[in-house]
Amino acid sequence: MKRSTQPPLWLLFGAGGMLSALIGWMLVFLTGVAAPLDLFGVRGMLSYENVLAFARNPIGKLFLFAVVALFMWHAAHRIYHTLHDFGVHPGPVAWLSCYGVALAVTVLSAFRLLALGF
Amino acid sequence: MAIRRTYVRPMAGWWKRNAFFKRYMAREVTALFVAAYALVLLAGLARLSQGHDAFEQWLDGLRSPLSIAFHILLLAIFVYHTYSWFTIMPKTMAPVVVGGKRLSNAAITGMGLAASAVIGIGFFVFLKVLAA
Repeated sequence: MKRSTQPPLWLLFGAGGMLSALIGWMLVFLTGVAAPLDLFGVRGMLSYENVLAFARNPIGKLFLFAVVALFMWHAAHRIYHTLHDFGVHPGPVAWLSCYGVALAVTVLSAFRLLALGF
Repeated sequence: MAIRRTYVRPMAGWWKRNAFFKRYMAREVTALFVAAYALVLLAGLARLSQGHDAFEQWLDGLRSPLSIAFHILLLAIFVYHTYSWFTIMPKTMAPVVVGGKRLSNAAITGMGLAASAVIGIGFFVFLKVLAA
């Protein structure tokens, strides 16, 4: 019997969904609203030096990697399974353009974070 | 051979007929915006690795009115994602029994929303302390 690829993909979906449900709203508020408008002194908080120090810390690095990669796996799984409801029958092209993109984003974010050093 | 013209039931807008389907669609479509935000952050990581000036350019981009408007929309959608995630959580997890009684769906949803509020605000305070 061919093994299903669904359980690990569902796990990534669930992990990304949980992480984005817990902290996504605050991240969007910080980077997209509060920093640009300089609310609550967030602009200074997100300076190059501060963000670089955060991304060089092993825990900070792991956190940023988890956010970018898991958000993408969450979205890929959800979009792939919703295609059917829009009349698109999922095939290899749909599979690759969902999970392939998530994999690419995972690899790219890992490379960028490692390039920053520790 | 004649081309067969079998009837294919049109499915455009099927979900508009029912409030349950509308909520389902709204919840699923949040995924597009979660992906968009992941790409915004990935761009930020890439710019960060290119040095001070590149990162400042990324921050400048976020300061454009179009970007701020987009992120306010994104914020609303993320709040809806949090709400819908914890609303369906009782249906996706195993029942939790506390003191011989099954924990109600509302209690699970409430705890999830409270956790999101505490973790989100806690993260903000944590960054504030780090930056100080």
